Amino acid sequence: MAEFQANKITDIGPPKYDEMWPQVIKDNYGKWLYHDILEPGVLVHVSESGAKVWSLRCGATRLMTTMFLEQVCKLADEYCGGFFRFTTRNNIEFIVSDESKLEPLKKALADNGALPLGGTGAGVTNIVHTQGWVHCHTPAIDASGVVKAVMDELFDYFNSHKLPAQVRISLACCLNMCGAVHCSDISILGVHRKPPVIEHSHLDKMCEIPTTIAACPTAAIKPNKVDEFKSVAVNADRCMFCGNCYTMCPAMPLADAAGDGIALWVGGKVSNAKSMPMFSKLAVPYIPNEPPRWPTTVNTIKKIVEVYAGDAMKYERVGEWAQRIGWEKFFEKTGLEFSHHHIDDYRFAATTWRTSTQFKW
Amino acid sequence: MAKMHDTPMLDELTKGPWPSFVTDIKKAAEAGNEACADLLGQLELSYKDKEGHWKHGGIVGVLGYGGGVIGRYSDVPDLFPGVEHFHTLRVNQPASKFYKTERLREVMEIWNNRGSGMLNMHGSTGDMVLLGAFTEELEPIFAELTQKGWDLGGSGSALRTPACCVGKARCEFACIDTQDICYSLTQEYQDEMHRPAWPYKFKFKIDGCPNCCVASLARSDCAIIGTWRDDIRIDQEAVAAYVGGEIAAHGGANGADAKLDIKADVIDLCPTGCMFYEDGKLTINNAECTRCMHCINVMPRALRPGLDTGASILVGAKAPILEGAQMGSLIIPFIKMEEPYDEFKEFVEKMWDWWDENGKNRERIGELIQRLGLSAFIEAVELKPIPQMVKEPRSNPYIFYKEDEVPGGFERDIADYRKKHAR
Ligand code: HEM
Ligand code: HEM
Ligand code: SF4
Ligand code: SF4
Ligand code: SF4
Ligand code: SF4
Repeated sequence: MAEFQANKITDIGPPKYDEMWPQVIKDNYGKWLYHDILEPGVLVHVSESGAKVWSLRCGATRLMTTMFLEQVCKLADEYCGGFFRFTTRNNIEFIVSDESKLEPLKKALADNGALPLGGTGAGVTNIVHTQGWVHCHTPAIDASGVVKAVMDELFDYFNSHKLPAQVRISLACCLNMCGAVHCSDISILGVHRKPPVIEHSHLDKMCEIPTTIAACPTAAIKPNKVDEFKSVAVNADRCMFCGNCYTMCPAMPLADAAGDGIALWVGGKVSNAKSMPMFSKLAVPYIPNEPPRWPTTVNTIKKIVEVYAGDAMKYERVGEWAQRIGWEKFFEKTGLEFSHHHIDDYRFAATTWRTSTQFKW
Repeated sequence: MAKMHDTPMLDELTKGPWPSFVTDIKKAAEAGNEACADLLGQLELSYKDKEGHWKHGGIVGVLGYGGGVIGRYSDVPDLFPGVEHFHTLRVNQPASKFYKTERLREVMEIWNNRGSGMLNMHGSTGDMVLLGAFTEELEPIFAELTQKGWDLGGSGSALRTPACCVGKARCEFACIDTQDICYSLTQEYQDEMHRPAWPYKFKFKIDGCPNCCVASLARSDCAIIGTWRDDIRIDQEAVAAYVGGEIAAHGGANGADAKLDIKADVIDLCPTGCMFYEDGKLTINNAECTRCMHCINVMPRALRPGLDTGASILVGAKAPILEGAQMGSLIIPFIKMEEPYDEFKEFVEKMWDWWDENGKNRERIGELIQRLGLSAFIEAVELKPIPQMVKEPRSNPYIFYKEDEVPGGFERDIADYRKKHAR
């Protein structure tokens, strides 16, 4: 290993962005006049220089192998001068500046089979998501598998523009929410529902007790002695099943086949267009984990999207629609059950209660 | 040859129209990649158990850096030795995720030789996430990456890899140079990124306009969002073409043949009611406009952001843990963003000093602002409070005064009071 440490290079940062740009992007930087979406997944941008670029946006799995990435590189070499890009939502974009390459590239993408065009405009684009059972230690659900199952069912909205507005779906596999799914039109959240199970016989050997106690956001953990073992106790009433303790202390696992599952949230947005950005709100507190294809989750999401599609006005995002009709109507129209779990009981809860005589039946 | 495991449940995920990660990883496994075969095996077991099979972390990393690597070990290594160690390296992506294939192949080659060959393009923070390496490969991978001009991103209580939207490279709405700001901040703050020294993580995200395609306002401690302070540019001829149905509404986002109804789709949906269409002419009362982007989004050929561009800065967004989710709060309504961004960086450093000094362990800056108050933060970064910073003024009467704000101070003599007021 010494050989690798001798000439150590550090803190160089990423390659500079413009090294990664095709010539047409360099030439027209900051000169773009307008764009049109020609068909789902195909955009054209027109520059004041007269140049045009066609971008072909394709759905892709965020989790991929270098074998697949090599196929993408080959397509980029053949049609795009050796350049391509990813969008923030894990889509892949091939950019061509020569219109004659457009149809052959479309055909090559179709032949590949794993690069469907879409994700533009008033539809559903790729799902931003986290690691799930593929890498993380605290997930309540898988990520990639749920995404695959949901996107299969909503595929028809990925390659069309028939919704009132764009619908952004995100997934996080525990409430740490890596990737912050709290402002999405629909968010899929993995939830635990049981406090950690404590391995008293090993806790003091595997964990540092003060840091474990400090890790708990709600101060639910206190020191405890069980038989001859120094350990901790969890106040179950205060536990919100976040898994921070397990991150600090491997002797406190949370995962539980019967306890874990999915909560669905709706109506968030990050854009400032028309209404201000909004948080997503709880639609369904719990759906059981149903690998490999999570049918109840998939069907519930589909239902929400369909009711929204049929009822919302043009340009209205899910949250704008729910606000206009009222959340009481949202539950009526979607047929989702309202329970005590929907009523906030954390900090600032009172800001969500109704302080008016105005409501709908 | 890699040992293939039976994966009946995962095989269900090879069906359907959306691309399948199982199909992809299986192909690599069949081509002999043992990590791929064993990852599928272990994932199948997780599907069966409905519980994950990773132990956590353990401290792994590369010498000289406090972050950039996330440790991971299998809890069933005897069954799946190919993923016994499955550490992640975060590799700092080029701004806005354009790639030259020749450069990307450098990373792929290192990863094929020394890692699992699996990766996330990209992690939620923005990095390329190389997924699955053995401990002994970490230093060699790092050395080879840096020799080729690639570096690790941030993790832990450090600056996380900054990220930005496509911006001026290919979006007509961009009001600021998102890539250059992203690159400049990344380079300037390498030490803050690689050597965690703060109460908790800190993220920058840069959006070119208020559409917020990288969700800066929801997902970064400091959101830099392009905006303008002069007038929206109007091309009346193009307005007429929209009205006449010659150009598709919304850049075709609602269908290539969607016609624009200027009253219903634009005038009536403008949240401030500041747009008028009379005698075939569109006017905007720009003094009332809040620059929400709606009209520009639906008539991109007719309307463009103004020319006096800069950024709005919002601070404090985060996911729920701990106090609940927060969005960024507007701190600087408008700042010019011109290279080398000194004015902005001065603000950043004041903000970090205050957080570093006052923040508790694992307290994000948004939570610290909640705990000590927005006013305290505004004072610390030496800004003047202005109405733009809030949605509305306070409605509770609990106004705090400092002693020097009140004539004569707080010290009083009860005897003086009693001279005028009987007991
Ligand atoms: C006609 C108006 C719009 C145009 C021209 C436009 C343009 C773009 C572009 C160029 C991207 C790729 C950016 C990147 O990957 O860095 C993008 C992505 C995105 N935009 Fe917009 N945008 C528009 C409106 C909006 C609005 C109104 C919202 C939110 C309400 C929005 C949210 C997003 C999101 C979340 C992404 C990531 C999508 C993906 O990667 O598939 N955009 N948009
Ligand atoms: C107490 C809170 C949190 C803990 C303990 C935590 C823990 C973790 C862990 C262990 C990972 C590694 C996952 C893996 O690859 O195995 C991770 C990844 C990540 N976390 Fe968090 N996290 C927390 C909160 C957050 C928040 C609030 C955000 C964003 C706002 C965030 C953003 C990320 C991102 C972007 C990744 C990369 C994973 C991906 O892209 O899928 N985390 N986090
Ligand atoms: S959301 Fe939770 S389980 Fe998922 S990657 Fe983040 S910390 Fe891990
Ligand atoms: S799961 Fe979270 S709330 Fe519950 S004890 Fe652990 S750290 Fe505390
Ligand atoms: S945030 Fe604005 S400038 Fe950036 S890509 Fe989105 S629409 Fe364009
Ligand atoms: S940007 Fe928004 S507020 Fe301003 S004129 Fe257009 S629709 Fe109205």
